[in-house]
Amino acid sequence: MKDETIGIQGLAFHEPLLFDQGSKGRTACSLPESDVPEVKPERLLPKKLLRHDIPGFPELSEVEVVRHFTRMSQWNYGVDLGFYPLGSCTMKYNPKINEEVWRLPGFSRAHPYQPESLAQGALQLMFELEQYLAEVSGMERVSLQPAAGAHGELLGMMLIRAYLESKGNPRKRVLVPDSAHGTNPASSALCGYQVIQIKSGPKGCVEPHAVAEAMDEDVAAIMVTNPNTLGLFEEHIAEIAKIVHGKGGQVYCDGANLNAIMGISRPGDTGIDVLQFNLHKTFSVPHGGGGPGAGPVGLKAHLAPFMPVPVVERKGGRFVLNHNLPSSVGKVRAFYGNFAALVRAYAYIRSLGPSGLRRVAEVAVINANYLMKQLKGHYHLPYDKFCKHECVFSDARQIPHDVHTLDIAKRLMDYGFHPPTIYFPLIVRGALMIEPTETESKETLDQFIAAMKKIAEEAEREPELVRSAPHKTKIARLDEVKAARQPNLRWKGKGPVEESAR
Amino acid sequence: MYPEGLHYTKEHEWIKLEGDQGRVGITHFAQSQLGDVVFVELPKVGKPLRQMETFGVVESVKAVSDLYCPVTGQVLEVNSSLESKPEQINSDPYGQGWMIVVKIAEPKELRDLMTAEKYKAYLAAEGH
Amino acid sequence: MRYIPNTEADCRTMLDAIGVRSSEELFADIPPKLRLKRGLDLPPPLSESGLKRQMDALAGKDADVDRYSSFLGAGAYNHFIPAAVSHLVFRSEFYTAYTPYQPEISQGTLQAIYEYQTLICQLTGMEIANASMYDGSSALAEAVLMAHRINGRQEVLMPRAVHPEYRMVCGTYANKLGLRLIELPYTDKGTTDLKQMKAALSPRTSCVVVQSPNFFGALEMLEEIAEAAHAADALLVVAVPEPISFGIVRSPGESGADIVVGEGQSFGNHLNFGGPYLGFFATKEAYLRSMPGRLVGQTEDKHGRIGYVLTLSTREQHIRREKATSNICTNEGLCALTATVYLSLLGRTGLRELALLNLRKTAYAKAAFSKLRGYDVRFSGPTFNEFVVRSKKRKPAQVNRALLGKRIIGGMELGRFYPELADCLLLCVTEENSREEIDALCKAMGGAR
Repeated sequence: MKDETIGIQGLAFHEPLLFDQGSKGRTACSLPESDVPEVKPERLLPKKLLRHDIPGFPELSEVEVVRHFTRMSQWNYGVDLGFYPLGSCTMKYNPKINEEVWRLPGFSRAHPYQPESLAQGALQLMFELEQYLAEVSGMERVSLQPAAGAHGELLGMMLIRAYLESKGNPRKRVLVPDSAHGTNPASSALCGYQVIQIKSGPKGCVEPHAVAEAMDEDVAAIMVTNPNTLGLFEEHIAEIAKIVHGKGGQVYCDGANLNAIMGISRPGDTGIDVLQFNLHKTFSVPHGGGGPGAGPVGLKAHLAPFMPVPVVERKGGRFVLNHNLPSSVGKVRAFYGNFAALVRAYAYIRSLGPSGLRRVAEVAVINANYLMKQLKGHYHLPYDKFCKHECVFSDARQIPHDVHTLDIAKRLMDYGFHPPTIYFPLIVRGALMIEPTETESKETLDQFIAAMKKIAEEAEREPELVRSAPHKTKIARLDEVKAARQPNLRWKGKGPVEESAR
Repeated sequence: MYPEGLHYTKEHEWIKLEGDQGRVGITHFAQSQLGDVVFVELPKVGKPLRQMETFGVVESVKAVSDLYCPVTGQVLEVNSSLESKPEQINSDPYGQGWMIVVKIAEPKELRDLMTAEKYKAYLAAEGH
Repeated sequence: MRYIPNTEADCRTMLDAIGVRSSEELFADIPPKLRLKRGLDLPPPLSESGLKRQMDALAGKDADVDRYSSFLGAGAYNHFIPAAVSHLVFRSEFYTAYTPYQPEISQGTLQAIYEYQTLICQLTGMEIANASMYDGSSALAEAVLMAHRINGRQEVLMPRAVHPEYRMVCGTYANKLGLRLIELPYTDKGTTDLKQMKAALSPRTSCVVVQSPNFFGALEMLEEIAEAAHAADALLVVAVPEPISFGIVRSPGESGADIVVGEGQSFGNHLNFGGPYLGFFATKEAYLRSMPGRLVGQTEDKHGRIGYVLTLSTREQHIRREKATSNICTNEGLCALTATVYLSLLGRTGLRELALLNLRKTAYAKAAFSKLRGYDVRFSGPTFNEFVVRSKKRKPAQVNRALLGKRIIGGMELGRFYPELADCLLLCVTEENSREEIDALCKAMGGAR
């Protein structure tokens, strides 16, 4: 056996690519015997449409496939393994019952085009979830269609555009604070808007005068994240909304950080016209290594005529899909939304109830402030006031030792933690953005705090140890420059691409 | 780090006069801010450019920056070796890392640009 | 509060450490008039068992493809999912991880995406594939926008044989940027009218979109379309909502496609009442920088060990913001993993056999309908696993109602999207439909009154 095929340390395995293992003719698939005539494919399809083989495609047995992915899973860190304080990502625990209920045959094995009479459970769930989300956010309607937060932003901006068009002028520009997620300007641009950046004030919030200066009759909307990416509540949100509305603009709220205010304050009551929910953040849908999520959009009544089709309605005792909205923006995806994610969010809301959701926000905020307080003496805190769901530190105190945010993040892995979000928001140089969420115990937070303090010490005494971290992971820091200069984006064995496409 | 005789823009490009032509690249400061350059996108020969119009893009792993043409003119030459060796922009920003040569249409525009000394003062004033 | 570990006492200790008397003080920055002064009006909390009962009751109101025999396709396909798929995908190291921004502790997800990208390239015959899009329809919309980025042209030729919902999504995305969709008719073969297509091509054409197998199940003549599109310097975008067809049908890449997108739901993902599904997206290397979505690349660490990272991110929103190639961030990672596991299990021979089985069963059903009294097969072109049946006497809705009584979910009634096909049903036959089921369908439809 060649050396690289055995474990690197004890039972942590190497695992070659799918394409570099197995042998010809091997398969993990057992199809039923054909119960219809075995007509030759040449008789069913024109010759020039036929494919005879997929060279390079995997040839593996079931046990090989199972070991392959099981071993690979062991190289991953997940919420079920430990603390995952990624700021603005709300990596909370994903309840197991939710993973069971979405797989009930009536949900997971239901076809989107099956007759409405045979989909009453699914439609009822969507109808009720819309009401729950509207109540939590203070909005009047909710579209469940978008598949992710950014998808929701895009739909939200489309609704604004359609509304302004109906008033005669879609306008040209959108105001976006400098602390916003990159998806905000990107979504605005996809909607045909030019983006104007608004500088945050010295206290980390958007200031009314800055909005007033930028606001005119060419501005379609402002996109505000509230609570914002510094973990602060935008104190002037009502005044900002008034300014924007005063010039006929609309107020969009990025609801990515709703976790901090559920049951305490509702965006709809603060002057927001439209917002997106990130069900894979606030409502415990697992992130799945990058999705699927769901990004429903809450909106005020004046935007309802423009909602994407179909919408779920109740007619008598039955639930129906209404495709007939003459002013609708159209559709942002096929069918109705990431339904299985909606099922999980529904189950989550039903599990917690009104008091539970409020408790979520309280404990998330207590946890974040506790972390902030304990780390304050050890890391630079650019905005020193009570935070909401997350706190943002920087590497300013470590830079004199030539230790940077990236090093601190990597060193945390050696202590068994996922690093926080780093280098975001952009307005904090070397940002370390920490969001503990409510599903972490005080003991876990204390362990994390201890590790962070230890790293601050190491940065002074043994900076090289931090700079060269991580030391205990399967691989060390990877050469990202090489990855970008010589992109290797697929296995290039004897694939069909080499044989034919070139 | 900032050779005399070149003209500098506030967007951190330099231009070197060669008769009625100008050779254009980015400054030492710009390349050090970007980090390891992994990709450059340059215009086609013949493309007319106005002063401070973007003529391309330079990318590192985590950053991307537009390139601005210091003067109005037509692109005469493009440094195609950067396609396979973008690292020349880091190692030799004023030499092998040059990007384009333009035929200068309005020589008086050079007056809008900074000398090395002024550029250094500009960087200092920006806090670098 | 079974998901919140900290007790009142724990919170008390933490509040003391923070130096406040109650959590109220932490919310003091929210102006009083913006505070909610009542409890949320939501149903009271449920115990875990109570929740399970509630969800069972809801799900129990729906039909599912286990209790009914279903002939619905139209962009969502009922294929058998091997048990190993869910066992692997449900490892929580996969499903409770975030986007793999920290490669040292995300190699499982990253290697799987690299393998996924490879599989998609092999299937589509393209050179590069991204880590996934939301679904087939939004992937198609992004492809149309990408073609516009590449050549700056404004017109999109959009055949009516493309899934109506995909067309609608493209329209919704494209019209904000001033792109114009031009519809192309279909012929009696059920395929796009090539003459009309050639006539519509012009120097304004950014791309020609084709779906194959198309919405009527028919296979388009991609090579000819590619030639015509390229002759007009337009790009060919091919959409494939039923990718099991890749097992037996020549790849779009071989036929000259420039961008290939589609729906990966068929690859081990459940029907899920419409989502989450899996948009796949592949193109040529030359268009790498115009591509939307995440990409994983292979590289090495300082010890020379091979590893995988997210790469070429300068195209994406978190770096390029309003100039990004797309606004996409969260994608359908777990669905891509599901597809990777599924395709690994099927493998080189399995996918081909499965595709062949779908093709044969559909051929069997088609032959049966061509002989069935009161019905005929509407289009004459070759199909994969769907085809259109015309009901000569009874309205499709009546036919379907009668079928439900026999626990059969019939085909999609095409009148909903095509007024001229109001007498037609789109039927789908997969390996999950036995010969007996097909015979029962014919018998029930033949006898439907």
